[in-house]
Amino acid sequence: MQPVFYLLLQRMRLPLIVLIVVYAVSIVGMTLIPGVDDQGKPWRMDFFHAIYFVSFLGTTIGFGEIPYPFTDAQRLWTTGVIYAAVVAWLYAIGTILAIIQDQGFRRVLTFSSFSRHVRRMQDPFYIICGYGDAGSLLVRELTERHIQCVVVEKDPERILGLKVADLLEDVHGLCDDAADSGVLIAAGLRHRCCRGIIGLTGNDHDNLTIAITSKLLAPQLPVICQSDTGDTAANMDSFGTDYIIDPFDIFASRFALLFHLPSMYLVYEWITAVHHAPLSDFKAAPEGNWILCGFGRFGRAVQERMAAEGVETVVIEAEPERTGAPPGTIAGRGTEARTLLEAGIDQAAGIIAGTDNDTNNLSIVVTARDLKPDLFAVVRQNQQRMNPVFEAAGLDLVMQPATLVARYILGLIVAPLLEDFLRLARQQDESWANLLVSRVAGVVEDLSPQTWDVEISPESAPAVHDALSRGREVLLEHICTRASNRDERLPLVPLLIKRDRGDLLLPEMEEPLREGDQILLCGHERTTRLVQHTLYDAATLEYIQTGIDRPTGTIWRWLTHA
Amino acid sequence: MNLEKVLFAFFSILALTLNYGFFIGEMDDPTHHNAYELFAALIVSLIATIMKFGDRAHIGALLLATSLVADLQLIAAALVWGLTVYGAQTELSPEAISSVVSLSGGALLANLTSVILLVVETVTYRR
Repeated sequence: MQPVFYLLLQRMRLPLIVLIVVYAVSIVGMTLIPGVDDQGKPWRMDFFHAIYFVSFLGTTIGFGEIPYPFTDAQRLWTTGVIYAAVVAWLYAIGTILAIIQDQGFRRVLTFSSFSRHVRRMQDPFYIICGYGDAGSLLVRELTERHIQCVVVEKDPERILGLKVADLLEDVHGLCDDAADSGVLIAAGLRHRCCRGIIGLTGNDHDNLTIAITSKLLAPQLPVICQSDTGDTAANMDSFGTDYIIDPFDIFASRFALLFHLPSMYLVYEWITAVHHAPLSDFKAAPEGNWILCGFGRFGRAVQERMAAEGVETVVIEAEPERTGAPPGTIAGRGTEARTLLEAGIDQAAGIIAGTDNDTNNLSIVVTARDLKPDLFAVVRQNQQRMNPVFEAAGLDLVMQPATLVARYILGLIVAPLLEDFLRLARQQDESWANLLVSRVAGVVEDLSPQTWDVEISPESAPAVHDALSRGREVLLEHICTRASNRDERLPLVPLLIKRDRGDLLLPEMEEPLREGDQILLCGHERTTRLVQHTLYDAATLEYIQTGIDRPTGTIWRWLTHA
Repeated sequence: MNLEKVLFAFFSILALTLNYGFFIGEMDDPTHHNAYELFAALIVSLIATIMKFGDRAHIGALLLATSLVADLQLIAAALVWGLTVYGAQTELSPEAISSVVSLSGGALLANLTSVILLVVETVTYRR
């Protein structure tokens, strides 16, 4: 609040001085001008009456001529005082209003109220720089999991969008440049509750600045940044940015799975899905020739991965020289039938519309489907607000960079083990993936499962820790059993146990738990709380293990012992 | 030459001189102490205070504090004067005027401190 207060005082200097001078001159004038009292004797107003008279005159209340009716000379002076006082007051009030309206002042005001709110935060929170498509989706997902966040965004329109967004948690947003280190500090970079910083500004250079600033000012904080170009990514990597996210590369690597490991693709889709997303269906990409429209960052990434899978692609690109398209590229947009025919659409198995223009992408697919209705259509959707149109188009696969990025970051935040799991899963074969898909399908209904981490430690699983330290064995199935009916398994699938002596992928239920184990679970949202209860409550855990409902109170326990 | 500094020095020293003019004379003789002089001292002191509003330098804050003290003392003096004459409806007694004058003496000290601080600031001024 300090700077705002000083600014206000500084700007009020002149109006206040004008006001005081006008009052002083008016008061002195009133005391100097001769008048007459009720007996007609000469009389002069004293300071007390002069101050009283000018005060009510200046505020245009006007109680009349006191204590005696005025002479003409006094009335003349009073007329002057009325105008001078009104002008002085208008000037003073006008200045106050102008200060309040002033952009700079408002900025100082919102900035200080924002940093005050951030300073008072008590719970762990994340700083999200950029409230675009990916940022807003991430904020929504985090708040639905009751994780606090703070938003910094340059565009005032988007900050307005944050203010009217219907979120479960109170999210403070500041309209300012996140590349400014002062802004990042105000957003809580050095706050003891800050858990990480996420750069999604949509501008590689800004994201880079955010990464550098936070690595220098708060080296212990994890930094997650989106990067669309290879050299920025390398630059970010060089000073230890923890996670660099390239949505095109993520998509291309997953898309490549569709050709030979479609179940594995489904595993990825399900396990990294957003909150309450409907479960996606099984699909596999047909082999054969593919047409790829647009050879930008997206097209390049997809083409490389497809080539690695042994799938032939014909590239259509409007500017083949500038983008460095491979030989054999057909020049054109792909939105007209002629170029598509030239690319051999009648022989093609699928088409990928990957330009940076949503309308063109839709147009490409519609034209292509007209020529060959059974084409497998993959489309890049750049803007989230085009959602209804893309849904209506009946496409096989839509690539939304924003959703992809938000889901990826969400996984890093709520289930850090997910990355380990997906890396290990990559080395498995299709039959393993089939097994996992059938297991997961068995425990979830029509909504995507949640994945979350559990750690066997005194803080996060005191009951299990206690049992282990007493030498009692706790099996994985114990924490996966329903407390109200110990014969019933909770609908969840343990995906991974991470421990020092090797990781266990899809552990068996009979696996004994050890101190320090990190377990990745996957199941319905409701089960998260049930598992939590068993981890915390020793009596529940013991009941599940032994079937004996042991009393918890000291006296009752002593009585049952005796 | 900085106009802001000139104006501020002018008002600070004027507040001191006016205050001194009111203060000087027999302590309990109302004819030695003019009401206009007290009024002028108060107004000039108020202006000097406002001119230091929003100054974030350390010496600026000190100057603001001393001139606030002077304002307070002078307002108290004016109130004592007004209350004895109009509140109690009595003539200005020697006791009352001496209390007014001693209050203005306090303000004089505060104004003197202001001027000393001003001199210190000027001496340490390096541009």
